[in-house]
This record gives sequence, C-alpha cells and structure tokens, in this order.
Amino acid sequence: MTPLLQVRDLVKHYTAGGLFGGSARPVRAVDGVSFEVGHGETLALVGESGCGKSSVGRTILRLQEPTSGAAVFEGIDVFGLDRLTLRRLRRRMQIIFQDPYSSLNPRMTVGAAVAEGIEIHQLARGPEVGRRVAALLREVGLDPGYARRYPHEFSGGQRQRVGIARALAVEPSFIVCDEPVSALDVSVQAQVLNLLADLQRDRGLSYLFIAHDLAVVRQIAQRVAVMYLGRIVEAGPTEALLATPRHPYTVALLSAVPEPDPVRRRSRIVLAGDLPSPSNPPPGCPFHTRCFHPARNERCRTEVPVLRPVGATTVACHYAESTPAAQEVAGAGA
Amino acid sequence: MTRVLDVRDLRVSFPAPGGGRFHPVDGVSFSLERGETLALVGESGCGKSLTSLALLRLVPPPGRVDPGSTIRLGDTDVLALEGEALRRIRGRRIGMIFQDPMTSLNPVFTVGDQIAEGVRAHLPVSKADARERARALLQEVGIPDPAERLGAYPHQLSGGMRQRVMIAIALSAEPDILVADEPTTALDVTVQAQILEVLDELRRRRGMAVLLITHDLGIVAGRADRVAVMYAGQIVEEAPTGELFAHPSHPYTQGLFASVPRITGPVQRLTPIGGTVPPPTAWPAGCRFRPRCPQAFEKSELPPELLPVGPEHRMRCWLAEGRR
Repeated sequence: MTPLLQVRDLVKHYTAGGLFGGSARPVRAVDGVSFEVGHGETLALVGESGCGKSSVGRTILRLQEPTSGAAVFEGIDVFGLDRLTLRRLRRRMQIIFQDPYSSLNPRMTVGAAVAEGIEIHQLARGPEVGRRVAALLREVGLDPGYARRYPHEFSGGQRQRVGIARALAVEPSFIVCDEPVSALDVSVQAQVLNLLADLQRDRGLSYLFIAHDLAVVRQIAQRVAVMYLGRIVEAGPTEALLATPRHPYTVALLSAVPEPDPVRRRSRIVLAGDLPSPSNPPPGCPFHTRCFHPARNERCRTEVPVLRPVGATTVACHYAESTPAAQEVAGAGA
Repeated sequence: MTRVLDVRDLRVSFPAPGGGRFHPVDGVSFSLERGETLALVGESGCGKSLTSLALLRLVPPPGRVDPGSTIRLGDTDVLALEGEALRRIRGRRIGMIFQDPMTSLNPVFTVGDQIAEGVRAHLPVSKADARERARALLQEVGIPDPAERLGAYPHQLSGGMRQRVMIAIALSAEPDILVADEPTTALDVTVQAQILEVLDELRRRRGMAVLLITHDLGIVAGRADRVAVMYAGQIVEEAPTGELFAHPSHPYTQGLFASVPRITGPVQRLTPIGGTVPPPTAWPAGCRFRPRCPQAFEKSELPPELLPVGPEHRMRCWLAEGRR
C-alpha cells in the first residue's frame, strides 16, 4: 500500500533581507528532509527550537512555500497545485497549533469557527451545519451549548479542543499537530493526548506530530524522526529508537528528558555549547561541534553523513555502530 | 541546620469583582534550610508564583499580603519592612530568576553593565571591582569566554545563555536564598539540563537555599530535597522528594502522576484528572479538590487540615486519618 504522504528532499530556506538589504546568508531551516506517513499512523517529528520541525509541517500544507523538494499526498503532487486545487487539498490536510487562542478569531463564536470550514467546502447547508457543529463539539468532549460562546471564555485545554473540532470539521485524513499539548498543564495535556488517540482510532486519521517532548511522543507516535539543524539525524519505530538510540544527538536528547522518578537515576549527558546558527551550519556532520562520540574525527568535520539503516533505525552518523549509551558517556565524565 | 526562611499562613488577596476579596494564595506555610532545595509544584493558577512574589513583597496591586501572614528571613520580619530596608532584602537576601530571561534583561545595556549594576547596588565596591566580579560570576554560571561576553547585549545570546546571565545577576549580591520561578520552562531539554546543573552546582558550592517553582515533576525528581504540591491556593501535600515519589498520597498528587507520560516502562493510556482547576474567585467549599476527586467521601465537605501520613509527610486530605 502506498503511504498517505511521501515527502522527498524537502528544503526550506528563509532569506533575510528587506529593510536592511538582502545580502545575509539564507537560514537553512529545512535542509533535505524525506519521510513517509502511513494510513492511520502517527509519525513524530522531534527536535529542539530551530531544528526546522515546524517549517516542515507548514511547508507540507503550503502555508509556506518550499524552496525545493516534493510532497505527494493521496497521490497528488502537493507542491505543483495551483491555488484553487490547493483549497480542495486543505479539506484533506489540516493543522492544529500549540496556541489555539492565536488561531481563533476572538470575535467569532466557537460555533462559527467550527462551521467555517463546513461552509467554505460546502459540506452541509442550513440547519445541518449546526447539527454537525454540535456533533463535532461533542466528539471533542465539549458541551454543544458552548457553540455560542467566544474563545476568551474557554480554558487552554478547551480551546485546544475547539481547535481540534475545527480541524475535524472538513473531514481530513491527515492532521499536522504542531506542539498541540506543549502549552497545557499536565492533567489537561493527558486529556488532549487521549482525545487525539481516540480520534485516530475512530476516524482512521494520520498525524504528523511535531513535538520537543520525547515522553509525549512515546505516548502517541508509532514512529519518530529526530531533527537537528534542518536534517533528520535518526528515524525509526518509537520503542526501538528510544531503547537503543544510535545517533549521539538522540542519545543526549533522550538522556536530558527529566523523568518523574528519583529512584531510577538516569545518566544525563549535558551537551556542551549552543546550537549552531541555521544560517551558518557547520560543515560535515551538523552535530560534530557538540558530539561526544569517542570515534569522532576529521571525517565528521568534512563529510556529511547520510541516513542509513543501522539496527532497527536509520541513522545519519558515520560511526552509528559504536555509539555509546548514555551511562557509558556520563560515566566517563563527559 | 540553619533555617533561612520561614513562611507561616501566607494569604494573598485581590479585590473580587462583586465586592469582598478572593485569595489565590490561601494559608501557605513552609520553611527553607540553608543549602536545601524545596520545590513548589503545581499547575497554572495554583498560586505558586504569587507565593514567590509575596516573599519579596512584589505582589502587584491591588493585590496584597493579608494581615496574619508571616514571612521571616532569619531574624527579619519581611512584612514589617519599608523603603530602603525592603530594597536591601531584594537581591541581597533573596535573589530571583524567572521563566523568560529576555523580559527581565534590559536590551540596551551590555550584560556586564547589568551584572555590575547588581553588584554595586548591594556591595560597596569600585566600578572596576564590580566589573571583575561580573566576569567571575559569568564564569561561575558556565559562560564561555566570560571577559568577552561582558560586552555582549542580551539579544546576542541564546536563551540558555540569557538564563545564565539572569542567574549571575541574581547571585551578584550573594543572596542566601535563590527563588527560581519556572527557570527552564522556556528552554529546550538539553539546555534545561545545563541550567539545572548550574543551579545545583551553585547551591552546593555556596550553600544557598533554593526555592524551585515548577509545574514539572520530572525536574523535581532529580533536584529537590523536599516537595510541596499546591492546588487551589493551598499546599495539599508535602514530603521529602523520595518519599513523595514513592508514596504520592493526596488524590491530586496521584492524579498528576497518572497524567504524566513516561519515557520508560510500559506505555499505558494516561489517566487524566477530570474537570478543570476552579478559578480563585470560586474555590469550592470543603476540600477544594472534592469536585474532581475520584476518592471524595462525606467528610470531604469539611475543609481538611494538613494531616500526617508518614515521617515528614503530610497531606490536606481526610483519607490520612484512616492511614495512621
């Protein structure tokens, strides 16, 4: 079966310029990213601020135009569509954001916000629209009577439910979830994660789940791709990737996750230095400036490692076969 | 052990829209020993940040600390201080860092100037000495090339580096207590690990007491000696960290643990706490967690005190009576 979404060599560069002249180097936010998302599957795109994960999500939806690359969704070449056919595509691909408040019109009732997509795409008319809105609100766990209220009357968790209802209104098969629970308190975060899992099961949805929190990702995604400086450095099935990470960055990222368990003392690797600027990425392996792999050498500084299968994941590291585990590194005093 | 801070029955109130006052912080008591880290944990709106602001008398008007509250810094009654005496407490006795260093740093001054200013405001040293102290502080918080970075402006630094600068400023007057209000919430996990490491190191080296305010139980696990969990303006459970994590006893604390996704162990469906946190204008009568509590019973209609459940372990729940 062909995957629902195939992305090949996606590149998104932002050029500085405008007011103060445009001679600055482009910011290489996404620098050659390829992945697939299967039917009913969740792929998590994980990384820290500035790694390009959000740019990937927005480019696939054409909320931003790609610099180059290809995306095929349900057999359609997404980057080749004109504006009119793009609108039809948006019926099938939706997005929910970290802060639903900034994506909801404060002067529009939540009922009107949810109804908007139904009306634009002419999925229903007359009283049927109201019935659909009520059903959607109920599906996301909100009282249908809330349709007459305004966004400011809701808590963060309820607003995220409204954002989800609005995305569902056009009956998409694929939703980009861009840090959907990062701004929520833990008890509310759990409610929204469960809701997303239920909707996936009931509607057969596929998610591209963009997040920085590996514990959250583990809860929701079957597969994970870890990004660093605009590239995927490791990808694979969630449990395999978390159990035996092969890229040194994945090892460090995983070891930094604070776990609510003081008994299980995990070995933390505290990475040296800052993330390099995406407008001036280091040559060779993008991670070599902060790498702790004992085998790192001149080759890492000159030759960009390509993603290749090692064990159960694919890894972009020249020495992935001998990547040390976190406890070996921390034990060595790195 | 030297007790450096003692807070008793702290109540912070604001005028209610319909007259009267409501209490976002409602009877909070805790103490801090020298060299100890106490974590104040809770979700948005539980009153943890207002509690920390009250320690420095920084509650924004029309809010106020109510009569009957006590805040003692060693021998000093903080709530009796005025003017210059109050100013000397801020920074000199209690340093503070916040979630977002960018809004606390002045964008038009170099970090060297801002740290030196902190030094000179509290200690009688020359400008040159203040500058040298600023350099040493930058080094202490782990900023590479500290002498060079003295001339940098905040926007030239990464988020993690800015938070290090904030810590350096907070340390500039050598306070006994550092209040860290969500110090790593805006930072990436690998940077968070760096900052927490710095804080821990400073506490060990300087014997500072740290009040760590956070929503993240994961941070608490590795860093705090004791934990106080807040809900609806009150401390609902307090215990040494190991004890709290081994035997979370208050139904709210148990609910928090069941809500957190784990990075190890089997993946199970999360069990969220039902409902939402009530607003401070409408704290429920009796036990404030009762409307959301799966274990509520008849007696929950009466407001519980903090009751013992184990050694140094107390919770604000009537279920404790059956455990003794």
